[in-house]
Amino acid sequence: MPTRPKIGIYWCASCGGCEETVVDLAEDILGVVEKVDIVFWPVAMDFKKKDVEALPDLSLLATLLNGAVRSSEQEEMVRMLRRKSKYMIAFGSCAHTGGIPGLANQFSREHILRYVYEETPTTINNEKTRPQLRFAEADREVDLPEFRHVVRSLDQVVDVDYYIPGCPPTPNITRSALTALLDGRLPPKGTVLAPDIALCDECPRKATKPADLAFAEFNRPHQKLLDPSLCFLAQGIICMGPSTRSGCDAQCTKGNMPCTGCFGGTTRVKDQGAKMLSSLCANLVPKEEEAIDQVLDGLPDPIGTLYRYGLAKSLLRRRMDLPMETLPPAG
Amino acid sequence: MSDSPAQTAGSWEPRIIAFFCNWCTYTAADLAGVSRMKYPHNARVIRVMCSGRIDPQFILEALAKGADGVLIGGCHPNDCHYAEGNYKMLRRFRLLRRVLDGMGIAPDRVRLEWISAAEGDKVKTVMTEMVEKLRALGPLGAPDKFRDWDREMEEFEHAIQARQGQEVTHAH
Amino acid sequence: MLPKRQDPIRIGFYVCHCGVNIASMIDVEAVARYAQKLPNVVVSRHYKYMCSDPGQELIQEDIAEHRLNRIVVAACSPLLHEHTFRSATKKGGLNPFFFQMVNIREHNSWVHTSRADATRKAMAQVRAAINRVPLHKPLEVKKVPINPNVLIVGGGIAGIHAALVLANAGKQVYLVEREATIGGHMAKFDKTFPTLDCAMCVLSPKMAAVGNHPNITLWTYSEVTKVDGYVGNYKVAVRRKPRYIIEDLCTGCQECVASCVYREPKFPDEFNLKFSKRKPVFLPFPQAVPPIVMIDPETCIETKTGKCKKTCVEACGDRKAIDFKQTAEIKEIQVGTIIVATGFKTFEPSQSPYYSFYGHGIYPQVYTSLEIERLVNASGPTGGEIILRNGKIPKKVAIIHCIGSRDVNTNHWCSRVCCLYSLKLAHLIHERTEAQIINFYIDMRTPGKMMEEFYDRISEEGVMMIRGKVADVYPDTSNGDSERLIVQAEDTLMSRVLKIPVDMVVLSVGMEPNPDSDEVRRKFNMSCSSEGWFLERHPKLAPVSTFTDGIFVAGCCQGPKDIPDSVAQAGAAAAEAFSLIDKGTMEQEPNTAFILEDECSGCKSCLPLCPYTAILFDPVKEKAFINEALCKGCGTCVGSCPSGSIKQNLFEDEEIFCEIDGLLASVEMPAEEPAIKA
Repeated sequence: MPTRPKIGIYWCASCGGCEETVVDLAEDILGVVEKVDIVFWPVAMDFKKKDVEALPDLSLLATLLNGAVRSSEQEEMVRMLRRKSKYMIAFGSCAHTGGIPGLANQFSREHILRYVYEETPTTINNEKTRPQLRFAEADREVDLPEFRHVVRSLDQVVDVDYYIPGCPPTPNITRSALTALLDGRLPPKGTVLAPDIALCDECPRKATKPADLAFAEFNRPHQKLLDPSLCFLAQGIICMGPSTRSGCDAQCTKGNMPCTGCFGGTTRVKDQGAKMLSSLCANLVPKEEEAIDQVLDGLPDPIGTLYRYGLAKSLLRRRMDLPMETLPPAG
Repeated sequence: MSDSPAQTAGSWEPRIIAFFCNWCTYTAADLAGVSRMKYPHNARVIRVMCSGRIDPQFILEALAKGADGVLIGGCHPNDCHYAEGNYKMLRRFRLLRRVLDGMGIAPDRVRLEWISAAEGDKVKTVMTEMVEKLRALGPLGAPDKFRDWDREMEEFEHAIQARQGQEVTHAH
Repeated sequence: MLPKRQDPIRIGFYVCHCGVNIASMIDVEAVARYAQKLPNVVVSRHYKYMCSDPGQELIQEDIAEHRLNRIVVAACSPLLHEHTFRSATKKGGLNPFFFQMVNIREHNSWVHTSRADATRKAMAQVRAAINRVPLHKPLEVKKVPINPNVLIVGGGIAGIHAALVLANAGKQVYLVEREATIGGHMAKFDKTFPTLDCAMCVLSPKMAAVGNHPNITLWTYSEVTKVDGYVGNYKVAVRRKPRYIIEDLCTGCQECVASCVYREPKFPDEFNLKFSKRKPVFLPFPQAVPPIVMIDPETCIETKTGKCKKTCVEACGDRKAIDFKQTAEIKEIQVGTIIVATGFKTFEPSQSPYYSFYGHGIYPQVYTSLEIERLVNASGPTGGEIILRNGKIPKKVAIIHCIGSRDVNTNHWCSRVCCLYSLKLAHLIHERTEAQIINFYIDMRTPGKMMEEFYDRISEEGVMMIRGKVADVYPDTSNGDSERLIVQAEDTLMSRVLKIPVDMVVLSVGMEPNPDSDEVRRKFNMSCSSEGWFLERHPKLAPVSTFTDGIFVAGCCQGPKDIPDSVAQAGAAAAEAFSLIDKGTMEQEPNTAFILEDECSGCKSCLPLCPYTAILFDPVKEKAFINEALCKGCGTCVGSCPSGSIKQNLFEDEEIFCEIDGLLASVEMPAEEPAIKA
């Protein structure tokens, strides 16, 4: 009996949603499971790192890697899985473009650690204890992975063959990608496995898109009653649809929420956030600075809105005035 | 001018990428030349037909590739050769300014100026002022920063290799 | 960065000394050496004068000998010589758009002072062009045919003159005028400065010529409602308002007027600025063209109630020229060029809070200059006599300059003609009444041919000139029931405040854009200046064309001016229109934008962005597309498309990214090596 191709599924800085997608393949998961050998899937299966390390290089057909990369352990794992896999597939927004964890690139590492370990309202940590890279007790030494300064997408750490976008990728997209993989029908290396056209193409609200879009104000979704059939932009709600790939079946807009851009930009765009900024602003009504700023006040968090999933892969990647401090010495 | 901020001569010079619209600002810069006005050499001009063409991606790319500042020149409001392109640029600029703020880029580094075709002297003034301000701010040095950031991965790479032979030692 | 191509890119690079203009500040030989080492550069030369014939031939020879397929020239500004080198490239057998120019003169050698810095900057500039040029595509200049018919909007002196110039040249002209007759403001004047010749004597023959010309289709009492299309190919809809008279049948005999059920004229006559009365059926003014009557539907009993005896119809008899059933008619015409000459309106002091204290509309002794023009006119309401509303003849008249003009509260600009016509009115009023005239001015502006001489003449006639803006006008209560007004002003040259009692005050009102000028200009895709005047393409070098090809402006709608200048501008507009028509086609620079059909998602974000309405939506494909002929190549839609699905020829994203790269690349001064000499 011919051996089934081996697949690895691993998660880095992740929420677990991408793993859910694999589970959400529902009955199709059996179709997947019987066609492949999952040899590594920490959330669901009991294989260990050393089991994968023991496999020959390139013996996995593919690894589906979700989550952004921020720790030294994650770097080590993705490098190892890269060696072992013929195809490294960035699975989900975090691996594709840094995802929501990427927004941490607006802050310094020190700022984050201090907040998390000392300053949140529900934390009591009078000794200001912080995780240590290394801790010795008795005759043992334990260590923790290093928390890097910079959040990275997968391809900023290792060579990536394909991208399955989405937060999380839809079961449909995942199914098609896996089928293509198993049938050996893969497009050129580096392709994002979703249509290269913006979401408006498949959005059911497309017919209500106005031909004279002009923003006199912006509202956020919780600030008004959302008309379930009218284009969000026509309602003054920011929808990232025009700058975001389709392929997700417009689940968010069908669910009466605007698109937030999780499939990322098209191949024709280098920086999805910048392009959406350009489009929204071009369609503003006022012509004078003050009036313009007033309308833009309706967008309180431009980076969070425009770069929600893509900050790590944007042109600037990270806030430019942050330090690269060394961590306190081990001990 | 090499792209590393530390010059061989020991003095770094700011580098500015200037996007000038054909009808007003580019013509004004030509006029400054014809009038033999003198201004610092730090800006390099990219010509577009209208400031409305200027994609925020261009500005971010210029910064990411090593520019210390970006200057955008367009026609005065109401005078755009193509009616309203400059308003689109103005609106983009107002939001981009906030994004750049959030990305730690000082406001003086990205500047929008309305310069009409007759204002050669304004080209000189703006160039001179901007270079002074950038000298005070120092280099942005994005490519160097990217390299610096990514070095944190390289250090670890050495550690992996070290571990394959020896005991674990952590590198910082 | 470079595209995968079938043929390898072979670049020919040329750097010009421009005599010493470039070479004195930039080490051009070092630049040539530097360029030689860049990717894809096959030939790298420096030469004294690239734009000269030998320089251009050099390019052509190299293309042949070295099988070049891209050319880069580093020299002066592309605004000067891009066209020259594109032609040279074309003569060498290449598509002319496989060329890129580098500005190392106006933007470099002429403005910098350090040779080392200038040379290094030049190298970076050159690198940018050499990076970019491989991506250039073989573009074709677009040619658009020009329909020889012309539409002229506005039948004042400018429109009339332009119409005659073109019609005499054999072109079919449509002249559309909103009022019932052509003539504009000039028809209201009595005499014109500086010669004091009679306005109507000069204007009337021209108006008659228009009315009779076989090549002019004159549509008065009509307005343009819609303009579609693009240069050479405009489709215009004109709405002809009903005057209830059949134009071709009316002979202008005016028997209908005489026999109207209204025995006496009862309604204010607009042409005479309401100083006289007319009947519901009337001839707009004696020399009207077309010389036919019209019926005002607001005041005619038949149009309002349907219950009139219609004595007018009876009087008209066999001619049967009256038709109460007439309705508005829409005419559609096709023209290649349009001249907009819609004129101006005068400033209304009574409607402005800043000028109402001058008392126009309050004190009967206060008149605007335009009202005086009618009084002083022999065919006006007083037969040319200056008679006050109280029946008396004024003995002392104040003429106040700059009403509404040169004032940050109302209109900032100088209206150019007011000082001169104020002097003219001073002369005319004095001539009719022997009154003492006092002109209150801020500055005396009399530029132009024979104008200073005119000013001298009027001064010598005894007109008093006081330099000071009038601060107040109020009734003189000092003398019983005097009907005089006090004009209070500071004589700034004497530093004295004057309070002068006068019988009549004339306000020299300035010119303003028409109140509906925004609506009008949008129909024709024209811009306006911040003041509201229609915008010319260039204030010095292109004063009659606009940014929309094929649409021209003439006369005061472009800015205040006198009659000689209006006529000159009208002639210029006609000539430029004629030039297009004669050529038959128009070439457009191929920097147009185009939408990638497969990639467009139909998000419609681009549709409202184009000021030329070049972007349209295909409801069947559900995608946007661009009408190339309308696209002016600004690139605003390209920069805005959120999915990057619009591209601009000559300014594609990738081309600009290449330039950015090249400008920021590290530039090391190359070692000394013999450069390739021309």
